[in-house]
Amino acid sequence: MDALLDQFFNIDIMVQTWPVMLRGLGMTLLLCAIVIPLGLIGGLGVALLSTSRYRAVRWAIAPFVDIFRAVPPLVLLIFVHAGLPFAGFELSAFQSVAIAFLLNNSAYYGEIYRAGIESVPAGQREAARSTGLGAMQTTVYVVLPQAVRNVLPDLVSNTIEVVKLTSLASVVALQELLHSADLARSITFNASPIVLAALIYLAMLWPCVRLLSRLERRVAG
Amino acid sequence: MSGWELFVDTFFKREIIERYLPDIVKGFFVTIEVSLLVIVTGLALGLGLAVLRAYGWRLVNLLIIIFVDMFRALPPLVVVLILYFGLPNTGILLSNYVVLWLVLSLVLAAFAEEIFWAGITSVPKGQWEAARSTGLGFGQTLIWCVLPQAVRMTIPPLTNRTIAITKNTALGTVIGVGEILNQATTATSFAGNATPLMMGAIAYLILFVPVVILGRWIETRFAWERA
Repeated sequence: MDALLDQFFNIDIMVQTWPVMLRGLGMTLLLCAIVIPLGLIGGLGVALLSTSRYRAVRWAIAPFVDIFRAVPPLVLLIFVHAGLPFAGFELSAFQSVAIAFLLNNSAYYGEIYRAGIESVPAGQREAARSTGLGAMQTTVYVVLPQAVRNVLPDLVSNTIEVVKLTSLASVVALQELLHSADLARSITFNASPIVLAALIYLAMLWPCVRLLSRLERRVAG
Repeated sequence: MSGWELFVDTFFKREIIERYLPDIVKGFFVTIEVSLLVIVTGLALGLGLAVLRAYGWRLVNLLIIIFVDMFRALPPLVVVLILYFGLPNTGILLSNYVVLWLVLSLVLAAFAEEIFWAGITSVPKGQWEAARSTGLGFGQTLIWCVLPQAVRMTIPPLTNRTIAITKNTALGTVIGVGEILNQATTATSFAGNATPLMMGAIAYLILFVPVVILGRWIETRFAWERA
């Protein structure tokens, strides 16, 4: 029991590594602040293309969505970070993460928005058009607000996944929360820093998960 | 070298494909093996927990909810690292393979429990009452009447979640499990060429594109039957 406490909940080590962890947390938050809006915007673009009235556009975007939903995000990240330099594209760790996550998240958010757009009855669009709104105006003012409301729990759920996904950036040595924790672990030979990181993730995401459970129940009920 | 030649030489170099294909294939089967193990254990555990929750023992339910919330909130890589680097110092030796299997199974169990539970609660109360009034016990009602209806409704979300978690087998590379990504990155650093990474990416496409398409098909099919 003592060994367990010493190995996973060593308060001294946690206090000692706290400043490093805070810096890591800052990077994680910065990553989220960039990656989440990028994904939301990219996803919206993907959804609008994949519900386009032109078949050629829909067909062109479908393989993009399938490919980036099929490749594990870590594979994509390592491909961008370790593969592209061979072709002459040197990217910083941060740029690699931003690009890999943009591709992956656009595909995921895109599918969610698409489900939302398809859940809006066609009569809504027809009614909006018949009042004189243009196609663009109809999409922005009538279809999208309803679509987003219908899939709000899925959007929240995916956003939680994206925050968790930022921990993958540690693999390409971007100094975010998990990377700082793992660094501290390798110096102290003790897993407590990673447990501390886990506690920080829990503090950030547990409220979101609770909120999500309630959202899901409200939409279902 | 023209742009096209450079591209082919970087990502599709022939002799490198021939040299490292066996490694990638080996990784391919490791990925499939871990994936299947995770799916079976995770779904079974998730279903078990959801059934347990239906009995409504307050303390048990509280523990289940805490377990589920924790694994929904924690990044799987964090849990992998805690177990892989922390446990050996406490005298518990688990191989990297077992750690990966265990963590992903627990994550899948957490998400699956939540989905199965949503399915169970969505079965109308009248179904319970009707089954009980014919003389079935609580357990019998659950197994023969409620679960068959509940599980049907959970298939689309469950498929998507299972696919997403199965893709996390790539995390095994961080702790040295010899799955596709691990083989590909090792080969890339030996070869000094990005071709093995491209082979790895293609291996994942071969494995998961059919699954993603199947998932979408299941989604539309079951949605249609419910309407």
